[in-house]
Amino acid sequence: MNFQDMHSRLVSQFGGRITGVNAENIDPWIEVEPAAILEVCEFLKSESDLLFDSLNNLCATDWFDADPKKQAKLGEPRVEVVYHLYSFSLRHTLMLKVKLPRWQGGIAGELPGLPTVSGVWAVADWHEREAFDLVGVNFIGHPDLRRILCSEDWVGHPLRRDYEFPLEYHGIRAK
Amino acid sequence: MALHLEDPRIVEFDVRTDEMLVNMGPQHPSTHGVLRLLLRTDGEVVSQVIPHLGYLHRSAEKIGENLSLPQWIPYTDRMDYLAGMNMNLGLSLAAEKLMGMEVPPKAMELRVLIGEMGRIASHLVGMGAYGLDLGTFSPFLYAFREREIILDLFEEVCGARLTYSYITPGGVTHDLPAKITIPPGLAALTGKSANLQMSWIEACSLFLDWLEKRIPEYHTLLTTNQIFIKRTAGLGIMDREMAISYGCTGPVLRGSGVDHDLRRDGEPIYTRMYSGYEFDVPVAPFASAPPECVLGDNWCRFYVRMMEVVQSIRLVRQAMQKYPTAGGEHRIPFKQAQKLPRKEVYLETECPRGQMGFYLIGNDSNLPWRARAKSSSFCNLSVTEALCAGCLIADIPAIVGSLDIVMGEIDR
Repeated sequence: MNFQDMHSRLVSQFGGRITGVNAENIDPWIEVEPAAILEVCEFLKSESDLLFDSLNNLCATDWFDADPKKQAKLGEPRVEVVYHLYSFSLRHTLMLKVKLPRWQGGIAGELPGLPTVSGVWAVADWHEREAFDLVGVNFIGHPDLRRILCSEDWVGHPLRRDYEFPLEYHGIRAK
Repeated sequence: MALHLEDPRIVEFDVRTDEMLVNMGPQHPSTHGVLRLLLRTDGEVVSQVIPHLGYLHRSAEKIGENLSLPQWIPYTDRMDYLAGMNMNLGLSLAAEKLMGMEVPPKAMELRVLIGEMGRIASHLVGMGAYGLDLGTFSPFLYAFREREIILDLFEEVCGARLTYSYITPGGVTHDLPAKITIPPGLAALTGKSANLQMSWIEACSLFLDWLEKRIPEYHTLLTTNQIFIKRTAGLGIMDREMAISYGCTGPVLRGSGVDHDLRRDGEPIYTRMYSGYEFDVPVAPFASAPPECVLGDNWCRFYVRMMEVVQSIRLVRQAMQKYPTAGGEHRIPFKQAQKLPRKEVYLETECPRGQMGFYLIGNDSNLPWRARAKSSSFCNLSVTEALCAGCLIADIPAIVGSLDIVMGEIDR
């Protein structure tokens, strides 16, 4: 199934919860409302003509720049979660995107949240832990959302664009 | 966790002992680097395995946001340090996909040639180290003897033995040398004079002829060895659905019976390198498997790697034939200051350990806005918890070793 058909399939099923599409990019993507991501993923995995049985990649990106001029080029400050899906049986791929505010309710430190897909693909468990650890995204309903690469007492989310490196860690000079 | 009372190996079920937490690693030799496994044990039976990662975390993705793509290449070497060439290739192809570039045929043949040699070297370590996990020392020594010659050959090509940075966006850094002195190990093994001069291709060809004859010996040492079969066959069984759900790729996936190899089924930018090449994709189940073997067990994963070495030898031989007549230069320019378009690309390539993915976002600057490395070992390791529950402590190295993980790539 080609990208256009996948998009119209999702739009007819989920209507306004499919919030956007970019067909011009080298790997085209479909944008999904945060609250709908779990249902969309379940649909994509179970439908017999879609059968996305594999999640190849899940990661998050922080779109923020302290310089307002540069931020204007980036668009709204936001965190994007990206899903790269693949179907082993039908050999096709799809890229999904979810746009989240950088902080929930605009309160710094309150992580933006969206439903976990770890119940759909088991590999999402660790990918979501990594996105939580490095970018600071709260995957609601995740069975064990704790840091995976940084140590458990680490402060902050290093892949945030406004992350400040600590000067020391347990007496070890870090800068 | 249900206890398998019918399992004849386990006598401890009658004598329940206190539950104990055992740390395996991060300095345990059989965890292949700094992996810590926290085991919840009852006697010899493991009821839960909790992997703890991050001991080798070097913020490669954060560093990547502050470097141009050619500058990030050396960091990919240090991810999967046993297959640096293949990691270089993954990022280079992703960069070329972002730029819409196509490298000349000569660079493609060189990439196939070097990439497949890298795969052989990596699988040799995988085989040797797996033997070590199971308590046999000799295959490790043989594997390293062979790998040494490949590293010597790589050193002649690019000057480095471990962190090559040889394959870069735009092609490869150097062409093959016309004349080299025969690698000392190869001279000793084949009985040639130590200062014999030959072309790189001749040396490589001499090595492959020699290596091919050794493969049946490895099978005698490991694959068909009764002790090895007892430790691997029927253990760590992962079915097709489980392998796909946990994102397992590469030999781990093919060991579970999924016929999928990106060199054949990947994106055109990758598969066109391999067009015109003949090779098979070894997939479990195997007709030559011992009767104890079950689809998706440790033995299958190991055997897939062994069979891939044979296919890689075939591919290298074909590449050596195609290389002299391939047109174009070995590289086209990719400048450090090259601005990356406002596009996003994701590309996976078939590395020895599985499908390594690079996700790059360009932002009209030479620095990528996001540089993401999706690690194959990371996904392969995530299955450990499900795979090891209910097994014996002594089987943990056998199961984790069969996944053939490299911590540098998992922690990045």
